[in-house]
Amino acid sequence: MADFPLISPMGERAILIDFGQDYSPEKLRELLFYKKLLEKELLKETVEVINTYNSLLIIYVFTIEDIYSEVSKLKGLFKNANIPKKINSQIFYLPVCYDEDFGPDLKLISEEKNIGIDEIIRLHTTPLYQIYFIGFLPGFLYLGGLDERLHISRKKTPRKSVEKGSVGIGEKQTGIYPKSSPGGWQILGRCPVDLFDKNMDPPTRFSAGDKIRFYSVSKDEFFKIKEEVENGNYELKSETYESGN
Amino acid sequence: MKAEIEVLQPGLFSSIQDLGRFGYQKYGVPQSGVMDRYAMRVCNLILGNPQDASVLEITFQGPQMKFNAATAISISGGDLSPILNDSPVSLNEIIPIHRGDVLKFGTRKSGFRSYIGILGGFQTGELMGSKSWYESLTDDFRLRKGMKLLFFSKDMEERKTHSHLKTDLNYIGSTEIETYPGPEFGELSAQQRQKLFSVSFKTGKNSNRMAVQLEEDFENELEPIITGPVVPGTVQLTPSGRLIVLMKDCQTTGGYPRILQLSEKAQQVLAQKMPGEKITFKKVEY
Repeated sequence: MADFPLISPMGERAILIDFGQDYSPEKLRELLFYKKLLEKELLKETVEVINTYNSLLIIYVFTIEDIYSEVSKLKGLFKNANIPKKINSQIFYLPVCYDEDFGPDLKLISEEKNIGIDEIIRLHTTPLYQIYFIGFLPGFLYLGGLDERLHISRKKTPRKSVEKGSVGIGEKQTGIYPKSSPGGWQILGRCPVDLFDKNMDPPTRFSAGDKIRFYSVSKDEFFKIKEEVENGNYELKSETYESGN
Repeated sequence: MKAEIEVLQPGLFSSIQDLGRFGYQKYGVPQSGVMDRYAMRVCNLILGNPQDASVLEITFQGPQMKFNAATAISISGGDLSPILNDSPVSLNEIIPIHRGDVLKFGTRKSGFRSYIGILGGFQTGELMGSKSWYESLTDDFRLRKGMKLLFFSKDMEERKTHSHLKTDLNYIGSTEIETYPGPEFGELSAQQRQKLFSVSFKTGKNSNRMAVQLEEDFENELEPIITGPVVPGTVQLTPSGRLIVLMKDCQTTGGYPRILQLSEKAQQVLAQKMPGEKITFKKVEY
């Protein structure tokens, strides 16, 4: 078995650091610790470090001159690191309207899983979802922690357009469409809060390591929040918490 | 008066690009930027521009544009037969522009993408540190008829330029794609690896700035991976056995095995291939 993390070049402008197949919130903490360390040790202006479930990728603005010495420098960094047990992160509370007008697949999920719609809502709003990373589309959050009872396969034929803010389930994952786009997830509701605003810096409030909890709102509340979001006076509920062993 | 270019005809697909966005991939924002960095570099060197000055990337069928003020431009990359006021103009040379001049393009002679540089770069909007257009992010993502592109009107003589730059444009006609092994290369069978580097592949019709799909079926037994990072030049193998080469506008993460990783130069070569052209992969080591 290979020794993890595995550090190897991915083309002339990126180095991939692979932490093995499994993933968990604990492993994410380790990844994010190394990510911070890399950002500190490597010149911030010339690289960007991104993480996924089980890997880090260092992207260089310019081609790497000497890949061998860069890789061995990184190996040294990883050898000497002390991973802290606890880190601070944020919990965000996101409103979702689980009305059938916004959740066209609620009935289908209910029938296929033999769970009442109220129970679907309860199961979906109970977990503290872990944000593993943002990818796929600008502002799309990869969330972990969906209740097994809600795991459901994607649509055989994806919809041509899924409305912005739609909350859906695809296999073991749940997530929110940050903009209208084609998509194959089963849609159970809609969130009135913008996940990505290109004119903000940073363009999203959320980062890898943060957590999210959904709460159910009525249609009236949905439109009220939507209006506040559009007028720029909506305040997203959040709190800081310490995670760790 | 504002110095601007009026787009009379948009051509097939043209967009303003520079070296792309950095620091925003953690938010899911693609890198974008020119598909052919060498051609952009040549354009800017000829004009004495900073190397990151934005250029107009045009595809297969060029636009028709009118300049309302004096400047200088340069054109490099594929040869799409540029014509200034009804006279052909050369690639890789400085082209003085006078007020009222009209630039258009004729038939394609080589390559697939051509680049237009302008003194000081295009003065179009910047978002997240880059002028590169990208569909789901910037207000504009392709040239439209009637659109106005701003530039600084400058007297050419003020600038030190490299009008006799030596260029090597052999890559445009090359069909050899240099590639490193990708993260999941090791999971391919010996036969698959042998096949990858011995047969030729045809670039598919639905190829664009996000990806070039290859038409041939490639036997695949690899399972999808846990969604992981991808970058321009990553070659994915889909469950149905298709090879997809990711290009500059690609997503930041993907769930298909990443079997190859193109060299920077190979990405330039591929950017200049017409749909339906044949390519071969050549393995290179780090």
